Amino acid sequence: MRVSGSRRAVLVVALAVIVSGFAYLTYGGVGDNLVYFLTPAELLAKGSDGFDRPVRLGGMVVPNSVQWHADQLDLRFRLTDGTQSVLVHSHGAPPQMFRGNIGVVVEGKYDRSGVFESHNLMVKHSNEYHPPKPGEKASDMYKTLVREGGS
Amino acid sequence: MNNALGTSALRVALGMALAAIGLAVWGVRRRDEDFVRAAYAAVYANAVLISLAVAAMLTALLTHDFSVKYVAQVGSRATPTLYTIASLWGALEGSILFWGWVLSLYAAAVIYANRKRAGALVPYAAATLMGIAVFFGILLVGPASPFGLVSPIPADGPGPNPLLQNHPLMAVHPPLLYLGYVGMSVPFAFAIGAMLSGELEDDAWITFSRRWTIVAWGFLSAAIIAGMWWSYEVLGWGGYWAWDPVENASFMPWLTATAFLHSVMLQQRRGMLKLWNMCLVVSTFVLTILGTFLTRSGILSSVHAFTQGPIGYYFLGFIALVLLISLVLIAGQSGRLRASGSLDAAVSRESVFLLNNLLFAAFTFTVVLGTLFPLVAEALRGVKVSVGAPFFNRMTLPMGMALIFLAGVGPALPWKRATRAELRSQLMPPAIALVVVLALSLALGVREPYAVLTFAFAAFALVANGREFWSGTRARMRSHGEAAPIALARLIGGNRHRYGGYVAHIGIITVVMGIAASTTFKSENEATLKPGGSLVVRGITVRLDRVWGQEQQQRFVVGADVTLLEHGRAIGTLTPRQNFYPTSEQPVPTPSVRSRADADIYINLMAFDERGASATLRILIEPLVSWIWLGGLIVMFGAGIASWPTRRRAGAPADVRAPARAPRPSPAPHGASATATHAAPSTDLSGAD
Repeated sequence: MRVSGSRRAVLVVALAVIVSGFAYLTYGGVGDNLVYFLTPAELLAKGSDGFDRPVRLGGMVVPNSVQWHADQLDLRFRLTDGTQSVLVHSHGAPPQMFRGNIGVVVEGKYDRSGVFESHNLMVKHSNEYHPPKPGEKASDMYKTLVREGGS
Repeated sequence: MNNALGTSALRVALGMALAAIGLAVWGVRRRDEDFVRAAYAAVYANAVLISLAVAAMLTALLTHDFSVKYVAQVGSRATPTLYTIASLWGALEGSILFWGWVLSLYAAAVIYANRKRAGALVPYAAATLMGIAVFFGILLVGPASPFGLVSPIPADGPGPNPLLQNHPLMAVHPPLLYLGYVGMSVPFAFAIGAMLSGELEDDAWITFSRRWTIVAWGFLSAAIIAGMWWSYEVLGWGGYWAWDPVENASFMPWLTATAFLHSVMLQQRRGMLKLWNMCLVVSTFVLTILGTFLTRSGILSSVHAFTQGPIGYYFLGFIALVLLISLVLIAGQSGRLRASGSLDAAVSRESVFLLNNLLFAAFTFTVVLGTLFPLVAEALRGVKVSVGAPFFNRMTLPMGMALIFLAGVGPALPWKRATRAELRSQLMPPAIALVVVLALSLALGVREPYAVLTFAFAAFALVANGREFWSGTRARMRSHGEAAPIALARLIGGNRHRYGGYVAHIGIITVVMGIAASTTFKSENEATLKPGGSLVVRGITVRLDRVWGQEQQQRFVVGADVTLLEHGRAIGTLTPRQNFYPTSEQPVPTPSVRSRADADIYINLMAFDERGASATLRILIEPLVSWIWLGGLIVMFGAGIASWPTRRRAGAPADVRAPARAPRPSPAPHGASATATHAAPSTDLSGAD
C-alpha cells in the first residue's frame, strides 16, 4: 500500500517489533514444551534435571514387576532398557495386550520420590508383520467368550 | 494383465505430461495455436491414461490378483469390499497413484473449462500442472510403483493396516483430503502461469486462483473434519485433535489457503497485497507437498507413514525445486506485483482483512514451527523430542479466538471507510449478543476464561453473519416484493462468493463452539465392572450386561453390551468392542458412541477378562461434539455455494473492478453487482465469479 515516508517507517518498525516479539514468544514456548524421548538410563543420568518435566519414557516392562489393582484402576510396573529401570505408576486400565517383556512408551513426569507418574501408556508394536503363533491368535485366546456369548 | 496395463499406462502418461509441457511452451513462444491445442490434448490423454491405471489397480484389488505387487501388500480375500476399495489409497504406492489421478483430473477439468481462452496464461498453467504430474509420474514409474509382478504369486495377502479397515470413514477422509490437497495445485499453476506469461496486470489469474482455491479449500476443510471424526471414532481416546504432525500437515495449507481467500478480495477490489497473495498461493502449494512428505516419507511414525524409503528425498528435492522456481519468478516480477491501491482508513473492512492475514500468518508460523522443530532437533542434535500440545494450545487459542471475533467484525464493516454511525448500527446487535452470552456463561458458572470468551465471540460472529442474510432478505422483500424464501435464494444467488463465505463463517463458528464445549465440559470416568455392575457419569448410568466374543470373516471381535439409563429408564444400548486383526498383535479399539445434539456418550472397552467375568470401561460425556461434524457440513455447503459454476448471462452487470467505482456492500443488496466485481467478460465457465 502507498503511505507517506514517515508513516511507512513507523509501520515497518511496529511490524518488526510485533514479529520479533511473536517469534521470541513462540521460540520460548517451544523450548518450555519440548517433550524428550528418553530411556530409563538416560532419564536417571539427568539426575535432578530429570524431575518434573514432561518426558516420554520408552523401554520394556520388567517381567513379574506388574502390580495391577483392577478395582482401583491402579497400575505399577518397572520399565527397563536392559541396564537401568524406573518404577512407573499410572491410573487406568492398561491396554489389553499389556504384559511383561513387552515394549511400552509412557508419557508423564518423573517425580522426586523416584516414581514416574504416567498419564498415557502406549504399547509399542513393531511394524514388521509376523503371522501369529498358535497361542497368540485372538480367536484361540478368547475362545471362552464365544461360547459364553453365543452371539 | 493388470500389471502390464497399469505399468504401460503410467509410462505413457508420464510421456504425455512431458509432451504437454514441451508443446505448451513451444506453442506459446511460437504463437502457434495448434501446438497449444496439442498440449491440451496431451493433458486429456494424461488423465485418461492414469484413469486406466487406476481402473487396472481397482480390478486387481477386487479380483484379488495377487500377482500385482500392491495387491500382495494390502489385499486379502477376507477383507470386505468397501475396505478393499479403500485400500486403493491405504498405503504408499496406491496413495501416490491416487494423488496422480486426482491431479490429472483437475488438470483436465481446468484446461477443458478454459480451452478457448486466448493468451499464454492457460498454456503456462497447463505446463505447470503437467510439471507437477511429471514429478508424481516419476514416483509412479520408479520408487513408488504400485505395479510389478510378484512371483511366486501368493495365495492370499495380509490385508490393509487394521486401523484403516475398522471404520467406514476410511472411505471418506482420504479422498476428500486428496481433493483438497491436490486442488491447491491449480491456483499454484495459475500463479506460476501468470508470472511466466507476464499476464499479471489483468486479474484473470487471481480470479482463477480464487475460484479453484474455494473448491480445494471446501474439500480440505471437509477432509480435516472427517479426519477428526475418524480419530474420534477409531483411536478410542475420546478426542479428535492432538496436534499430531500428520494432523498439522493437513492444517497448515488450510491456514494459508484461508488467509488467501480473504486477502484475495483486497487485490480484486483494491489492487492491494499482490505480492503477498502470490506468496500465499505458493506457500499453500508447498505446504501440501511438505505435508505429503511428512506423512508419506516415514519420517514420522504414524498410521499415515507406510514405509521407510528413498521417496522422502524425492519430495525434499521437489520442494526445493518448487521454492527455487517460485522465488526466482517472484523476484523477477516484483515490479509488477506492486500494489496499485491503498488503505483509506484504519476502520474499514480492508484493515480487518489485513489483521486477519497477520493472524493467519502467525498461526501458520506457529504450527509449522511446532511441527518441524522435532525433525530439526533430531537432525541437528540427535535428540528425540516432540512438541507438546500445551505449546500449540497456548499459542493458537488466543489467535483462533481473535479470528472468530474478526469473522464477526469483517462482515459488519464497509469497504474503504466506516463512519461512526455505520459502526454503531452494524456492530450493536452482535455486541449485544456478545454481552448476553458473556453474562449468561458467567451466571451459569462457567469459569474458564477461554471458554467464556469463545462462546461470547462465537455469539458475536454468529449474529453478525446471520444478520447479513436477514437484512439482505428483508431489503429484497421490500424492494422487489418477493416472498422470503425466494428473496433469500436470489440474495445468495446474486452474490455467491459473499454469502457462501458467510455460510462458511457460520460453519466454522459451529465447529469452534463444538470444540470449546466438548473440551471444557467433558466428564470422564473409568471403572472395571462385573456383568450387572454399573457406573454413573453426569446423571447417566452405564450398566455392563455381558462380554462376548465373535469370530468374523476378517477378524475376531470382543464386545461389551452396555445399557444406558437416565432417571432409571433405559435410553439405549452401546457396544464398545476390540477388534483383533490377524496382522496386528494389538487390538483396534472400537468405541461406541451415542450422539445427541446436546452431548455424546462415548464408551471405550479398555480391557476385559478372558472368561467375561469383568470389563474395564472408559466413559466420556462430551457436550456438543456432533456440532463439529455438523459445522464441517455447513462449511462444505458454504464452499459449494461460493464455487458453484454460473453461466454469466449476456448483459450481466459490467465489470466494476476499478477501485474508485467499487460499490460499498451495504446491507441492501443490489443483485449481482455488490461484490461480483471481477467477472471476466467471457461467457464460458472461466471467468464466472
